[in-house]
Amino acid sequence: MDEEAEAADARRIATQARNRVRFEEEALGLADQVYRVARRLVRTREEAEELVQETYARAFRSWESYSHGTNMRAWLLRILTNLNLDRGRRIQRSPDLQPLEEGDYYLANKLAAQEGEQALEQERVVERLSQSGVVDALSALPHDFRDVVVLVDIGDFSYADAAQILDVPIGTVMSRLHRGRRLLKQKLAEETLA
Amino acid sequence: MTHDPGCEKCEELLQDFLDRTLDDEQHAQAEKHLDGCDYCRRRYRFEQTLRRYVRISASERMPAGLLQKLAELADQAPRTP
Repeated sequence: MDEEAEAADARRIATQARNRVRFEEEALGLADQVYRVARRLVRTREEAEELVQETYARAFRSWESYSHGTNMRAWLLRILTNLNLDRGRRIQRSPDLQPLEEGDYYLANKLAAQEGEQALEQERVVERLSQSGVVDALSALPHDFRDVVVLVDIGDFSYADAAQILDVPIGTVMSRLHRGRRLLKQKLAEETLA
Repeated sequence: MTHDPGCEKCEELLQDFLDRTLDDEQHAQAEKHLDGCDYCRRRYRFEQTLRRYVRISASERMPAGLLQKLAELADQAPRTP
């Protein structure tokens, strides 16, 4: 190899090393946000931790397929949801047992019917619905609906990002999100107002 | 329960309204109804509160030590091809 080619090679390696460091820093900086989504897609904390580790192991192996400047959080979540699907770890709910869904005012109307319209005020809502009730209601959703609700409402992903992560059309994201939120309110009504 | 068709329509628009995905005409329609309807306004506010509460309730911080484990995975993976 002549000197010029050697120098070019050294520059290429240096650039790649810098890119790699930048990739690692950015990916590790997103770990908490990735974990928050993972935690609601599987049953236990241990499973969520494992899933995140597998995701990062794969991400570090295939980091060169990430194109800089695109949404890395979505890229990581795409790996994560695919791994979750492969391992059959996602919380299973039989999709054919979907209850008929109520309207969007369902939970509010139930609360108001029991305790009057003032039950809808902010402080009362927080008093009335327990944190664990919300977590249980989320995990009781059929998985197709839960995945979308978790990505958009917990993970703060756009419809477009969620569509890309789950590899479904954006219209599917929207309809699953709408139905999933309605079902969630129904579950909350069942659990907290029984 | 309400049988006002205006409220029914408003209920249908709730999610898209809060997601800001209505077209201008539908958005204006919902706003006009909300201006004059306490019943729907309370339910819209309730939905906003609920969304925030769901987000907070379902968010669990990553366990201590996980970040360190992930950083070690970075060290284990080949950095050059």
